[in-house]
Amino acid sequence: MNGYAGRVARDLVATVGAAGAPGGWAPPGRALVPERLLPVAGQLAGLFAEHGLRRGSTVVVDRAAPGAMSLALALLSGPSAAGSWCAAVGAPDLGLVGAAQLGLDIARLALAPSPGPRWPVVAAAFLEGFDVVLLVPPGDARPADARRLEARARQAGSVLAVLSPAWPGVADVRLSVDGGSWTGLEDGAGYLAGRELQVALTGRGAASRPRRARLVVGQGPDRGPGVGGRRPGLVVLGGTSPRAGGPGGD
Amino acid sequence: MATSRARALFAFCPDWPVLATGRPPSEEVAVVQANRVVAASPAARVAGVVVGMRRREAQSACPGLAVVARAPALEARAWEPAVAAVEEVAPGPEVLAPGQLALGTRGPSRYFGGDAALAARVAGLVEAALPEAWRGCCRVGVADGLFTAGLAARSARPGGPLVVPGGGSAGFLAPMPVGALCTEDLQAVVGARPAELAELVSLLGRLGVRTMGDFAALPAPVVLARFGATGARAHRLAAGLASRPVTGREPPPDWSVDAELSPPAENVQSVVFVARVLAEQLHDRLAGSGLVCTRLAVVAGTEQGGTLRRSWRHDGALSASAIAERARWQLEGWALANQLSGVEGEGTGGPGAGRVTRLALVPEEVRPDGHQLGLWGADAGARDRAARAMARVQAVLGPAGVVTGVLQGGRDYLDQVRLVPWGEPREPLRPGGPVTGPSEPATGAPRPARATGRAKDGPPPWPGRLPGLAPCVVHPVPVPVQLLGSQGEPVTVSSRGLLGPVPAYLVVGHRGRRQAVTAWAGPWPLEERWWAHQARRRARVQVVAEDGRAYLLAREHQEWWAEASYD
Repeated sequence: MNGYAGRVARDLVATVGAAGAPGGWAPPGRALVPERLLPVAGQLAGLFAEHGLRRGSTVVVDRAAPGAMSLALALLSGPSAAGSWCAAVGAPDLGLVGAAQLGLDIARLALAPSPGPRWPVVAAAFLEGFDVVLLVPPGDARPADARRLEARARQAGSVLAVLSPAWPGVADVRLSVDGGSWTGLEDGAGYLAGRELQVALTGRGAASRPRRARLVVGQGPDRGPGVGGRRPGLVVLGGTSPRAGGPGGD
Repeated sequence: MATSRARALFAFCPDWPVLATGRPPSEEVAVVQANRVVAASPAARVAGVVVGMRRREAQSACPGLAVVARAPALEARAWEPAVAAVEEVAPGPEVLAPGQLALGTRGPSRYFGGDAALAARVAGLVEAALPEAWRGCCRVGVADGLFTAGLAARSARPGGPLVVPGGGSAGFLAPMPVGALCTEDLQAVVGARPAELAELVSLLGRLGVRTMGDFAALPAPVVLARFGATGARAHRLAAGLASRPVTGREPPPDWSVDAELSPPAENVQSVVFVARVLAEQLHDRLAGSGLVCTRLAVVAGTEQGGTLRRSWRHDGALSASAIAERARWQLEGWALANQLSGVEGEGTGGPGAGRVTRLALVPEEVRPDGHQLGLWGADAGARDRAARAMARVQAVLGPAGVVTGVLQGGRDYLDQVRLVPWGEPREPLRPGGPVTGPSEPATGAPRPARATGRAKDGPPPWPGRLPGLAPCVVHPVPVPVQLLGSQGEPVTVSSRGLLGPVPAYLVVGHRGRRQAVTAWAGPWPLEERWWAHQARRRARVQVVAEDGRAYLLAREHQEWWAEASYD
């Protein structure tokens, strides 16, 4: 068994090495996949320069702030709803009911919950056949692994979405949650009915100025009276920067 | 007419429905269907139980009677060994009903030296396949035509086959009453509606035609004019003429492939190599008939003479490489469980381990290869690419390493998802998937909806499910938390479901920071399976901490746990 896995790893290193060697990247997936962009769900589309996820790119979602998992799943929901296959590697606690609520097609979402130390091999294999791969790497991810996986995504024309507080690679785009609020909870009454997240996107080079958008999940704060005629309480979290410039999509 | 000379053998076991129940003839048993007795054991018949009786009448006639509901599938299964035994010596036995079989005798009789010898042989084979206590109940008849053979079998004594010589059918039938046309066991042979036949027989009786000979003596055109097609058919049967030839059953095709390993394989890798070749063979053989395999059995024979067998089910069609993969997983699994020797040098196998001497791949379920394309053609392509990627990951992590989720019914978020290893059928364990509209909670009050006045046939409502936002992080193992009141005292839930002090602080994990609670709701009690050992009693609250994270907490066994977080 060890021999087989080792062989897979060696093959992987060989192909990734070959693909990563020539400088710059021409989209090799172009002949293979007709469309260069994967759709992004409505509220987030305004963040992206081309209103879509470019195939071959790497998106890092910063896990430091709360709401990162929702943001990452919302990012996957666009391609998933459009028929793409998505995979999640290393997320044993991914809540599938929540994912379905965010618009993901669960039937086309493959999970490798506990890949163990072979997560780079697993993620690379998924990148070959899936349009979007959500990776939750362990804390000790090495820069070499990160570079190889990014190169593999470029070569395969799929999108690598990384959910991590510190990704050692060179991401094309970084998404983070700036703040958020909850809808529906009062002191002891109600239930969580919705949330709003302030999302910021930072690109590389010219796109390094952050662009911001609002992501509303479930019932938004400005939807008027909630269930049962009562006005749902609005919990505003500390440190929110409301409407900080940029194209706020909704 | 050619078919009139087609000699046939008819063998049957009376009381087959009783025999199939597996009870000895000495027990008083009646098999009932639709409240009527359809078969009774000899002991029950002696006590006065008659076929056609009502169940209650039968029970009053024989107080010790065991009443069994008819099980046609069981009857068919029980008959199968006898048919298979006969098939060994004569091709194409036809099963007319469970407990009856017919055989064209032309070839076999000549081989075994005459009809009598063949009949004795068949009787012996059938008897051998029956339970000990029922030996000697099989009756066999041979005659021109199936119908006459059937009546001959009914007249035969157990153990003494009755052979009606060629051309003697009319003479054999002549003294029989016309009622024999209605013989229940022979309805399949006569090929007319029972009600019509019964009417015909009754009419013949009233017309003074009492025996088959009388009926056969009537001129055929007159019979046809007076009694129609059914009458004409019965007339020919009574004259010992027309009877349909036996149409033998076709033995089910055997698609399995196997290979002998000589000398026995020293390690699993070499067996895997053989498995790969077999997989190609099997796939080609099936593809040649336009079939694909959806269930596969991997069978390995070991030196010690043992046989290991395991079935693999697959949702879609198994490709050649998928068949080979499954064979490899199974062989490695057996080797790891010390049932086979040798995984690449490591582990020499336990005392019961043996080297593989024979490997077979048996497709247990095949279906026609119909590609089901999605609405868009690209859909199938994407699925194929994804399937290949998942197969590669399974090669690294093992079959259970890649899963897909199926939403199903359940009260908490862990129950509402079933993770299915890729390749296995995606079926929910519990009906009633969760409602997944993001703004759906308009239907539910803050308190989980009650299950009242709901249509019986709809999916179950799963009371206790939380409405509103579903968490994106569900902890497979709940995380211990502390929920404290404003004075730092633990928050409790009373047995009546009332929350103790108002939650003010939250500590997540064992070494977490103490944070203020900015909002909360609940408690929602949840009692599951209170009638069983797996009873769980919980009270759940939703809590938002000051860092902006929301949690679904549950109190169980006097402790607070974070079941999920709204990350």
